Amino acid sequence: MKKVMMGNHALSYGAKLARSQVIAAYPITPQTQVVELLSEMCSDGTLDAKFINVESEHSAMAACIGASVAGARAFTATSSQGLALMHEMLHWAAGGRHPIVMGNINRSMAPGWSIWTDQNDSLSERDTGWMQYYCASNQEVLDTVIQAFKVSERLMIPGMVILDAFALSHTYEVVDVPDQALVDKYLPPFKPEIRLTPSDPRAFGGLTGSEHYFELRYKLQKYMEKAPALIEETGREFEKIFGRNLGLVDAYRCDDADFVFVTSGTAGFTARVVVDEFRKSGLKAGNLRIKVFRPFPFAKVREVLKKVKKAAVVDRNCSYGAHGIFYQEVKSALYGEAGMPPVFGYIAGLGGRDITTDSFKEVAAHALAKDKADEEIVWIGVKK
Amino acid sequence: MKKEKKMTLTLPAEELMACGHLACQGCGATLAMRYMLKALGQKTALCIPACCWAVIDGPYPYSSLDVPIYHCAFETAASTATGVKAGLEMTGDSETAVVAWAGDGGTFDIGLQALSGAAERNEDIIYVCYDNEAYMNTGIQRSSATPYGAWTTTTPVKHFKTRPKKDIVAIMAAHRIPYIATASISHPEDFVKKMRKAKDIKGTRFFHVYAPCPTGWKSRPEDTVKLARMAVQNAYFPLYEIEDGDKVTLNLKLKDKKPVNDYIRIQGRFRHLTEAQVASIQAEVDARWERLLKNCAA
Repeated sequence: MKKVMMGNHALSYGAKLARSQVIAAYPITPQTQVVELLSEMCSDGTLDAKFINVESEHSAMAACIGASVAGARAFTATSSQGLALMHEMLHWAAGGRHPIVMGNINRSMAPGWSIWTDQNDSLSERDTGWMQYYCASNQEVLDTVIQAFKVSERLMIPGMVILDAFALSHTYEVVDVPDQALVDKYLPPFKPEIRLTPSDPRAFGGLTGSEHYFELRYKLQKYMEKAPALIEETGREFEKIFGRNLGLVDAYRCDDADFVFVTSGTAGFTARVVVDEFRKSGLKAGNLRIKVFRPFPFAKVREVLKKVKKAAVVDRNCSYGAHGIFYQEVKSALYGEAGMPPVFGYIAGLGGRDITTDSFKEVAAHALAKDKADEEIVWIGVKK
Repeated sequence: MKKEKKMTLTLPAEELMACGHLACQGCGATLAMRYMLKALGQKTALCIPACCWAVIDGPYPYSSLDVPIYHCAFETAASTATGVKAGLEMTGDSETAVVAWAGDGGTFDIGLQALSGAAERNEDIIYVCYDNEAYMNTGIQRSSATPYGAWTTTTPVKHFKTRPKKDIVAIMAAHRIPYIATASISHPEDFVKKMRKAKDIKGTRFFHVYAPCPTGWKSRPEDTVKLARMAVQNAYFPLYEIEDGDKVTLNLKLKDKKPVNDYIRIQGRFRHLTEAQVASIQAEVDARWERLLKNCAA
C-alpha cells in the first residue's frame, strides 16, 4: 500500500511492521512524530507493544536494554542532545549485545541551540559498537528499520537508523508500506538463545576481570565484521520479497566515472542532479552514497573508487582537530592500495545550512583544478 | 515427660544466596539480600547497578545468587527494571517479581531521576535501596544518605558532614506510590512479612533497608546486627510503612526509646563528635520520631 508520509512516520511504520514489543522514548525535536505515532499505535491496539514514557533518553535506552535482555524486541528514537545523553547506555547496549534498533534524527549539537541537521551527533557515537545506517529517502528509512532488526538480532549488535533533520524527518514522500504478512516472513520473532529469566538464572554483565573482558570485545568486533556480508545478504533477500535492494553503499553512475562525489544522507540526491548535468556536458561524474557507516564498508568503497580518477568526499560533520569524518574513513579505506584515486575532503552544511547543487559545483571546480589533495579542510559555503 | 519446646521457623527455609560471595565480613547488605530473596522466592529478576552488590555477587562467570541478575549502569536501576518488567510481560511472563536493588548512592543521588520517573509512572517493580550511608564500594565517600556528623573519606573529621541525610522515604511518599516500607536486617521477620505483602501489590513498591557497613562505619563486624537493632530501638531508623503516599503505619512501637549516644559511640565514623553534637543528633531524632508518630495518628 502506498502512503504519503514524513520521514519520522517512516520510522514509526518500520518499528510497527517489525512488531516492536517495547518502545521507551523521550521527546526531542525533530524526533517527536516518530514516538507520537507509535504511542497512538500502542494505545489503539494497532501495535501490540508496551510504550514507556520515560523521563529521559538515558532511561529510554536503559529500559530498551532491560526489555531486550528479557527477550523482547525493543525500539526507540532520539536525536542530538538526547543521543548524547544516551552515550553511556549506547556502550552498554552494544557491550551487552542487545539488538535494539533506534532511529536517530541527525541534528546539530548545542550550543548554540540548533534543531537543524548535521551528523556530529551520530558520528560522536562512532565507537560505541552500534551499526549505523544513513538513509536518504523515507522508503529507505522504513525498509532499513525492518532490515536492521534482522541484522541486529542475527549478530546481537544494536543498530541505529539515521536520517537528516527536516530534510528527511519532516519531508513527505510516497512510501510503499509493505504487507505485514510479508514482513513477518522476512523478519521472524526475536528468540534470543539466552535471556533474563528465573528459569535459567544467569548474571549478565557482572564484574569482568582482564582474563575475560578482552575476549568479549574481540567477539563484538568479530561479529561486527560479519555485518557487511549479512547486510548485503539480507538486502538481497529483502529485494526478492519487496523489490527494493538494501546495500552497504548506493553507487550512482560510478561504473565509468572519472569524478565521484562521495556523500551520505540526503545530500547525495542533490549531488546526483549535478552528476546528471555534468554528464550532459561531457564530464563523466558519479555519486557514491555511503549508507552503512558502521561497520564501514571498506571493501565496497575500494571496489567503487578504484576505477575512478578523482573522488571528493562531502562531509556534513567535523572531527575538530582532524577533518570530515567520512573523508578520514574513505582515505583509510584506500590507503596502501595501488591505483587508488586522490581523495579531496570538503565540509559543508553544518547546522542545517543547505547543501545545494551550487555547493557540489564548487566542490567539483576545486577538485578538478587540482592534481593532489591538500590536507587542509576545504569549507563549502562558510562565511569566513 | 517434660513437654518439648518447639521452635517455629518464621522465615522461609529456602536459600537463594550461596556462600562464596565477595562481601566484607559483617556486611549488612548481604543479609538484606538473603532476607529479600527468602520473601520473594526464586521467581525474581534483579537489576543491580554499580554498588557493593555489583561486586558481592561474584565476578564473571560466577554468581552467588540463584536468581537472574542484570548488572546495569549506576543511574539506571529503576529504568532498567522498568524495561525488564515490560520485556518479560511481552514474552509471556507476568509472574516474575522484578527488583531494582541499589545502594544509597544509586538511589538518593545518581539514580534519583530514573527512580522518580518510574515511581511517577507507577511501574510494576519493587525498588530496594540498601542503605549503608555512603559510597562504600568506591571507598567510603559521602552520599546524600550520609547522616549529619559522619566522617567519610570526602567529609574528613575537620569537615565532617554538617547537612542532614536526605529524607528519601518522604520523597517517595510524595510520588503517592502504593507501597513504601522501611526495613532493617535486625528485624528479618518484619522485613520478610512486608516484602511478601509488597509482592502482592501492583505498582511501584519502595523499600528503604538499613544495612550497616563495618568497613565504612568503622564498627566491629560482629556488631552489624546489633547496630541495626539499636538504630531501630532508638528511632534513628524506625520501622514503618506508607500506603498510597499517606497511610502511615508504625511496625514496631517503642515503649522504651533508647538514647542514640550508645549507637553513635560504637562507630568510628562518629568518634570526633562532641557531646553537644551528639545531643543535637538526639534532638533531631526525637523531632523526626514525633513527626512520624503524628503522621501515624493522622
